[in-house]
Amino acid sequence: MEIQEIIKPENLVYQKTPLLNDDVMHYCPGCSHGVVHKLLAELIEEMDLQEKTIGVAPVGCSVFAYNYIDIDWQEAAHGRAPAVATGIARINPDNFVFTYQGDGDLASIGTAEIMHACNRGENILVIFINNGIYGMTGGQMAPTTLEGMVTSTTPNGRNVDLNGYPMKITNLIAQLPGTSYVTRQSVHTAAAVRKCKRSIKKAIQNVLDKKGTSFVEVVSTCNSGWKMTPVDSNKWMEENMIPYYPLGDMKDTIKGEHSDR
Amino acid sequence: MAKFVGAVVVDKETCKGCGVCVDACPESVLALHRDVNGKGYHYSYMKDAGACIGCINCGVVCPDTCITVYRAKAS
Ligand SMILES: Cc1ncc(C[n+]2csc(CCOP(=O)(O)OP(=O)(O)O)c2C)c(N)n1
Ligand code: SF4
Ligand code: SF4
Ligand code: SF4
Ligand SMILES: [Mg+2]
Repeated sequence: MEIQEIIKPENLVYQKTPLLNDDVMHYCPGCSHGVVHKLLAELIEEMDLQEKTIGVAPVGCSVFAYNYIDIDWQEAAHGRAPAVATGIARINPDNFVFTYQGDGDLASIGTAEIMHACNRGENILVIFINNGIYGMTGGQMAPTTLEGMVTSTTPNGRNVDLNGYPMKITNLIAQLPGTSYVTRQSVHTAAAVRKCKRSIKKAIQNVLDKKGTSFVEVVSTCNSGWKMTPVDSNKWMEENMIPYYPLGDMKDTIKGEHSDR
Repeated sequence: MAKFVGAVVVDKETCKGCGVCVDACPESVLALHRDVNGKGYHYSYMKDAGACIGCINCGVVCPDTCITVYRAKAS
């Protein structure tokens, strides 16, 4: 069959969702942020939530997230997205409110905000992009940086005696009774992207059903900060990040029903 | 013979040449072109168009959503 016979409207099986506008994302080639933005945009469109959704953008590489997905957004100061989202969700209980945060933003500067928002069980979705590094500011160590991992502030590798241990903050969050659905996913293969999308969909549904805080960690790459090609970064992530940050659901319940899984 | 035949259209100018679509393609259809686009990136293209089965893996992994996929029943 000739290509021209295949490329016809009736044969279309995959295209960009209209919720992603035509602005070219500022992310480095191959950055996981773009994939997660796309999943959010696709789900908001498929679940017909464009008019109901309010996103809260962080500080970090995804500081400009509001430029790309055509929904309502609010920018928050570094780490403070869960506090801002709390205010928005409380005065607009029928809206779908989510935060989008990096690991420096969520697990370092905003540790207090995320812990208390999750503990209160605010009815929001948290998307947590764990790329093990401060991407935006030039690849400094983050709380999530693996032991031995070289960053611009740990040139000899993270030393746990000096820098502490890589923090599995999602495991801590799963222990809080305010959270309903807590999962760790990734987007490094097509299968992983599909699975991640199903998880985010479930998390969004939980928020719509007012079950409490839903939290989706996405183990991600920062190829610029890691100083590898995008394809090598995906492989490095699979071999090094995922064994320490294993993928899968950690909790699936409703707010207040404590589960120690 | 494959039951489905596919074809992809890569938006050459928005492609950043990251290569993750090339890696994700199960049929080794895609490659990065030796030429570059307006931004200087070696863009992705169908090097072996006849092998595409329209599985959409390339589109799913592309961080910049540059790939549109078509699929038809093989005749
Ligand atoms: C109050 C405050 N402190 C520090 C900074 C500098 N800063 C900007 S982004 C960033 C780290 C972002 O890392 P992360 O949240 O992991 O996002 P990534 O870029 O990796 O996606 C820091 C420390 C800031 N903007 N504001
Ligand atoms: S610095 Fe890292 S996280 Fe930031 S856009 Fe580049 S690859 Fe992505
Ligand atoms: S649709 Fe599937 S087979 Fe065709 S180029 Fe994309 S990944 Fe390869
Ligand atoms: S994944 Fe997208 S941006 Fe990267 S090379 Fe392929 S088409 Fe280009
Ligand atoms: Mg980071």
